[in-house]
Amino acid sequence: MIEFHDVAYKDIIKIDNLVIREGEVTCLVGKSGGGKSTLLKLLNKTISPTRGKILYKGEDLAAIDSVEHRRRVVYLNQKPHLFPGTIKDNLLQGFYFQRRKAPSDEALQDVLEWVRLRKPLSTDVANFSGGEAQRLALARVLLLDAEVYLFDEPSSALDDETEDIVLDTVVRCVKEKKKTLVMVTHSKEHARRHADSIHHMHEGRLQGGGKT
Amino acid sequence: MNTEIIELTHIQVLLGYVFILLVFFILKRQSIRREKELFIATLRMTLQLVLVGYLLTVIIENPHPLVTFAVITVMLGFAVFTVFRKFKGRLSPSLKRVALFALPSGSLIALFYFIFAVIRVEPYYNPQYFIPIAGMIVGNSMTGITLGIHTMLTRFTDKKEAVMEALHLGATPMDASRDIVNDSFDAAIMPTLNNMLGMGIIFLPGMMTGQILAGVSPVTSILYQIGVMLGILGGVALSTYFFLVLGYRTFFNSEAQLKTML
Repeated sequence: MIEFHDVAYKDIIKIDNLVIREGEVTCLVGKSGGGKSTLLKLLNKTISPTRGKILYKGEDLAAIDSVEHRRRVVYLNQKPHLFPGTIKDNLLQGFYFQRRKAPSDEALQDVLEWVRLRKPLSTDVANFSGGEAQRLALARVLLLDAEVYLFDEPSSALDDETEDIVLDTVVRCVKEKKKTLVMVTHSKEHARRHADSIHHMHEGRLQGGGKT
Repeated sequence: MNTEIIELTHIQVLLGYVFILLVFFILKRQSIRREKELFIATLRMTLQLVLVGYLLTVIIENPHPLVTFAVITVMLGFAVFTVFRKFKGRLSPSLKRVALFALPSGSLIALFYFIFAVIRVEPYYNPQYFIPIAGMIVGNSMTGITLGIHTMLTRFTDKKEAVMEALHLGATPMDASRDIVNDSFDAAIMPTLNNMLGMGIIFLPGMMTGQILAGVSPVTSILYQIGVMLGILGGVALSTYFFLVLGYRTFFNSEAQLKTML
């Protein structure tokens, strides 16, 4: 689905070859500063390679409209930003940006349950903790029903127990819907548990990995 | 009542400078080191107004369209230069080009509309009307656009995460910048709106006061002042709007990526 051919981004990343398959869960592991987040941003076209070519479904990413691409390949930042307002306002933000029909309140409640955020939709997000913010941002992205999800440490602010429950649920939902997921994680255990492919990144280069 | 204009003698004007001495005394007593600025500001104000007074006398007595437009061009050039100098090193070349287009075009649209549709001066380039009204519209547009630029630059730094998040959620650069553009427009027109709110109650505007002092009926002065205020609001709004709707694009590249990320 996504192929990297001799891709470099400044001196941060250099990847000769990488294939991300449709409908699979791919995990990127490695020490911080290794270029994992940069790789996700390249996939989402938040940044563009300074050398080489990325293909998305066989088409050169450089030739694809960036905004349209980001609507198909959504990126969840490690430290997501919440917009001022309520939980509902935040959940619907992506639909507003994409000029799409908003889902029902029931659908919003369902996705909040996936991420174990059991609060009324009218709750103001101003005083949310880091963990709550991360779960709401995760729900917001999941709602968009994209082709590919790019998660950058989606559970880094959660306690171990919640992290396990949320990741298990989210990965199961993504797999049931036959979506593609690329996830950066610090946890090799989570990578082993959820991934179809694992890639190790160190100093901007892939150091082995592949099918689990 | 005697409505004859009181001509000021040089001695009478000199008496006004007693206030400069008063400020000088306060600065000294409070050890505020602003004496040099006070001296320079006083000297510049005096010289600039005397020179412009003589220049306007010549221009008004010898009206010519080229001269009128030359004066407007100098005014606009000075306004743009002042904006550039205020944001020295903070404006990208593309943002400078946007300001160079927005300030003159917004001001001129408001000015020409005012001259041709509202006052309907004959001949249209009559410097007695054209130049002072242009001065008020251009000056206020410069202030408005300055506030707009300041807010936009600050917000694009402070709200970088919000803009990035919006892009990640599939927003176009326009949608991702909408709050920043709106905040900047609000900041730009707020002083003009506040001016309009207080006008006639808290203070009498300069132009109207000047006309009344010169013997014009207060009713006529008020009508002029209302017209000029509306023209000023139009100039500020158009200049700032042009700047903002074109300016936000300079923060993104052709791939809809925020430039600070590159």
